[in-house]
Amino acid sequence: MQKFSGFSLIRQALSGHQGWQAQWRTPEPKASYDAIVVGGGGHGLGAAYYMAKEHGLKNIAVLERGWLGGGNTGRNTTIIRSNYLFDESAALFDHAVKLWEGLSQELNYNVMFSQRGVLMLAHTVHDVQSFKRHIHANRLNGVDNEWLSAEEAKEFCPPLNISPGMRYPVVGAALQRRGGVARHDAVAWGYARAADALGVDIIQNCEVTGIRRGVNGAVEGVETTKGFIGSKRIGVSAAGHTSVLMAMAGVRMPLESYPLQALVSEPVKPVFPCVVMSNTIHAYISQSDKGELVIGAGTDAYTSYSQRGALHIATHTLDAICELFPMFRRMRMLRNWGGIVDVTPDRSPIIGKTPVPGLFVNCGWGTGGFKATPGSAHVFAHTIATGEPHKINAPFTLERFRDGLMIDEAAAAAVAH
Amino acid sequence: MLLIACPYCGERPETEFRYAGEAHIARPHDPSALNDDEWVDFLYQRANPKGLHVERWRHIHGCARFFNAVRDTVSDRIFKTYEAGEPRPDVNAVAADVLAKESER
Repeated sequence: MQKFSGFSLIRQALSGHQGWQAQWRTPEPKASYDAIVVGGGGHGLGAAYYMAKEHGLKNIAVLERGWLGGGNTGRNTTIIRSNYLFDESAALFDHAVKLWEGLSQELNYNVMFSQRGVLMLAHTVHDVQSFKRHIHANRLNGVDNEWLSAEEAKEFCPPLNISPGMRYPVVGAALQRRGGVARHDAVAWGYARAADALGVDIIQNCEVTGIRRGVNGAVEGVETTKGFIGSKRIGVSAAGHTSVLMAMAGVRMPLESYPLQALVSEPVKPVFPCVVMSNTIHAYISQSDKGELVIGAGTDAYTSYSQRGALHIATHTLDAICELFPMFRRMRMLRNWGGIVDVTPDRSPIIGKTPVPGLFVNCGWGTGGFKATPGSAHVFAHTIATGEPHKINAPFTLERFRDGLMIDEAAAAAVAH
Repeated sequence: MLLIACPYCGERPETEFRYAGEAHIARPHDPSALNDDEWVDFLYQRANPKGLHVERWRHIHGCARFFNAVRDTVSDRIFKTYEAGEPRPDVNAVAADVLAKESER
């Protein structure tokens, strides 16, 4: 792997930038691997990277139907935070934030992680009570989160409208200063490059069309558009398409796939200092380093795999944005798209074993999976490599629905619920 | 936005409706006879297909009645709507029928 540094940049500049190598290989699949990860998004590439780095597996493949990070990794609004209510979730998401904090150094790839603070607005008495409960729960779990009055919130985020004449006035806010944003493509590319350097085969344009099981029920490999690839360990990390893949192995999932929309404005000079979310009136917004306002809308009402949604959903979000930030009322929106998010009944992810021996699944991240990318990948790698869950993902089993051990984060997750 | 043909009121915009998930999931006749896995299947596990899906809708801002629809989850096209209580149609036949009629035109 060609190491990136200020020195290498200068040296390449002197030779007209002709010396940069491809960041990962484009291998043909081998006949078999020690482990296969299905899904080349951040979670899948990260899992392959941590398996190679921390568990000594070298013979690993990542299979991706399209291109790296072309699914939800490249479609989200890049918000990172860990202010979740329950102990299990706080441990999982804070594990991720801690890994985010060192990720650029670890991967030698600038993921542009910017801890600019995530401000969650309260508009009602219920919001205030709920957010304060979250703040106290977070403090007990060692996760930073603090309460701001409306005036303090405006001081932190000057464009915010705190006028009492609003339809839903801002009455306060919860602020997680360690929260922020990262460059989503760079996360996929950084993990891909680092995994490739450790010998992981990253195979794009390779769709899994079947999962082969032996007479004892255990997995033997996957049928793909590039032929059969054998492996005794398969990790499915396919977001919205998890139900489709798991059906190939005969496993029914407690998942439904919905389109979740996002949109960006034309790029402007830096005007917006942090991330602002409002669960109550359905809006979240930040400004990318390129200058675009990145705005997240809600999920559509119905299950779909169409990667687009209805205009009234985006319009509804923009109503809220214009009310909260009147200075954006004449801003033009450039692009609007959808990603397919797999939602579980309790709005918490499923990371662990399945009823099929050798088959592991990491899914159900719903509307908020990007923030967890490094943590999720790290514990999923542990699960695939050792066959048993890491203590952080041990509560996030598929069996929790049978056993009644739900992690009911509906109130803490993103706006779309 | 989808245009949805309520079997009672006719075509109306999506915003008049509330989605109500997969259709034809009948509550068990003898709930106490179910084991935990069967409960999970009834309560939580869903087909979530990529393709033709049979689903419930409710015309909440109209007649307020439930009905069912056959929709392709890739194109979001609705091939048929029918009253609640009617048997589950053969979804492939429904879609093929609609497409055949279109190609005749």
